[in-house]
Amino acid sequence: MAKKHSEGYLSGKESRRISKENRKITSQLEKQHKRKNVPESEYLTQMHNPNNAVEFDNLHSYFFTDAGTVKAVDGVTFDVPIGKTVGVVGESGCGKSVTSLSLMQLLQRPQGQIVEGEIRLNLGDKAYDITKVPTERMQTLRGNYMSMIFQEPMTSLNPVFRIGAQVDEVIALHDKDGLSKEDIKARTIKLLEMVGIANSEGVYRMYPHELSGGMRQRVMIAMALACSPKIIIADEPTTALDVTIQAQILDLLRNLKDQINSSIMLITHDLGVIAEMADYVVVMYAGRVVEKGTAEEIFANPSHPYTIGLMASKPVVGKKVDKLYSIPGKVPNPINMPNYCYFKDRCEMCVEGCSGAYPREISLSPTHKVSCYRYYDRKAGE
Amino acid sequence: MNMTAGTEEAKASKTNVLEYDPQYILQVQNLKKYFPIKGGLISRTVGHVKAVDGVTFNLKRGTTMGLVGESGCGKTTTGRVILRLSGEKTGGQVLFNGQEVYDLSHEELRHLRTKMQIIFQDPFSSLSPRLPVGEIIGEAVREHGLVPKAEFNDYIDQVMDNCGLQPFHKDRYPHEFSGGQRQRICIARALALNPEFVVCDEPVSALDVSIQAQIINLLKDLQEQHKLTYLFISHDLSVVEHISDTVGVMYLGNLVEYGSTEDIFRNPLHPYTKALFSAIPIPDPKAKMNRIVLEGSIPSPANPPAGCKFHTRCAGCMEICKHEAPVQKEIEPGHFVVCHLYDDAKDLSAASAKPAAAKTAEDKAE
Repeated sequence: MAKKHSEGYLSGKESRRISKENRKITSQLEKQHKRKNVPESEYLTQMHNPNNAVEFDNLHSYFFTDAGTVKAVDGVTFDVPIGKTVGVVGESGCGKSVTSLSLMQLLQRPQGQIVEGEIRLNLGDKAYDITKVPTERMQTLRGNYMSMIFQEPMTSLNPVFRIGAQVDEVIALHDKDGLSKEDIKARTIKLLEMVGIANSEGVYRMYPHELSGGMRQRVMIAMALACSPKIIIADEPTTALDVTIQAQILDLLRNLKDQINSSIMLITHDLGVIAEMADYVVVMYAGRVVEKGTAEEIFANPSHPYTIGLMASKPVVGKKVDKLYSIPGKVPNPINMPNYCYFKDRCEMCVEGCSGAYPREISLSPTHKVSCYRYYDRKAGE
Repeated sequence: MNMTAGTEEAKASKTNVLEYDPQYILQVQNLKKYFPIKGGLISRTVGHVKAVDGVTFNLKRGTTMGLVGESGCGKTTTGRVILRLSGEKTGGQVLFNGQEVYDLSHEELRHLRTKMQIIFQDPFSSLSPRLPVGEIIGEAVREHGLVPKAEFNDYIDQVMDNCGLQPFHKDRYPHEFSGGQRQRICIARALALNPEFVVCDEPVSALDVSIQAQIINLLKDLQEQHKLTYLFISHDLSVVEHISDTVGVMYLGNLVEYGSTEDIFRNPLHPYTKALFSAIPIPDPKAKMNRIVLEGSIPSPANPPAGCKFHTRCAGCMEICKHEAPVQKEIEPGHFVVCHLYDDAKDLSAASAKPAAAKTAEDKAE
């Protein structure tokens, strides 16, 4: 793997060498994906816990760029239990979205590749390892078993097709019962009603530009729910929306989740939304999980210095502070990560061991895990 | 923004003309901005989008006023109209230091621009990609001849230093900076002219939480150093509560409620404000949510509902709300609300001078 320790500048020669090496790696991985008629046994696997809808196990997703390898996701492990909501928080660029895109196999290929680890998807009677599923088979999984609500409703809908046509397409593509056109239309209208669009017949014939941001997001949700997926990935579903609309959308997501008994993986950087929606919280920083636990544990007892800083830097209504806390420094360069704890340079709670290797995961309780040297001795005491 | 009895009396005596009160840097009365909708073969004006439809407030020197509301409610337009950035106003008055902004000639306005500045919403699209940062910040300074040529470089260095930028950043281009750094450049650009009044149009909504905190702290520090007055437009209520002294809540072009931050957050009066505040997510999983979820979406500003514009979504809607527009009332000292629910409450301002009655007449005349 090409690893350059230059500060920003690369000579043309070096850049060419890197891209040559990248091509070697990516074309090999691409061949794997594009194979036809792969026997199912190759990607069948066993869930570690049958109550989980998805298990991320030591996932590594890298981007092979001409400037070097970006380790966007670098060893992420967490579970999404059936019927629960897992919130993933972190700054932009910390790998939240890449984690979810890896699950959907929607990484920008060929540069973006899953190079290591497993993502186990529970299909009920069997389980698949998403990292090994060929593209061909993947298309039947997307939509039916998992689907995604994208970040920006303004740009994720096609402006030249009517809303109805766009939702119809999803149903027609993934449906195996051979529904007629009328049936599909009826189902689309029912879906639009389900997500709280009052004038569903009218909206069916509208173009995206005729709808407001909240309505577009509802359409996106309708598309995502079209085939009753087992897992819904909501990638910042409310970031572009106002608080009142946000409240509506979150209510809607919660109700729909209960209706079709699926799990939600909620990606956001708004801690308020997480507190309200999530059962479990995963805090990511620079491509790694720094802390995870139940929502109560994370909010009552944030343990990683990054989580603590994140909580302190958000103004809260009703709490008066003179000066907001801000985490000093900035995220390390993703191409050239340090070999010690990634947060050390910004951390105000460093202890002696911090210059050592990246800290391993310490269990504070059966569900609460944190990667930080501050808790090493506590582990020893237990 | 505290409308004292004094200004009210002055207004009552000369119903329509605002009188300059030196404690206020900015006085806005019944400001209106309609955008024409063109249609038909010869693109006639077939209607108007009432983006700002009667906004009245006063802004005290050295304070921050937060302006909140849903997207499309006219927050940004209000900010721009005050700065005379979107053509002519449709009606009302904007007094900046006692001077009507829309009466100025082109040359006078150019000078005034150094006193009023704006920080735009999106730091990714509001900086010219072809100019180095030093030029972005210094262009207006040189154009207005604020500092002698010999001191120019030192001046820019100092402005950048104030905003947390290093001198060597001067020769770099905007694309080399992260979002937070770019927002600092935008702030430095606005402050280089040494303004008195800055409109901050959602300066932190495009940024991450930890960067947000840095920028908010920077804005607060700069306010203390330079005695700045801010109009802080945002839809993030927790940020507004943190930074503002007074808060105005807008709905569909109207300022439905305004008062001191304390009053508004402790005791919201207007049903829309109540719904808005109940929707704020609280970062505590154990917090009880007593959420008022508003039904429907914001009506079109081209064809707003008759009477109170909020009546279509209001839980406490009464018969009168459907055909008569409510007028602004002062419920507590400095706490104004526009709602029929408070018709019976004693109007403090009316008690002193009856401007409410005068305003109704004015509204009806239009």
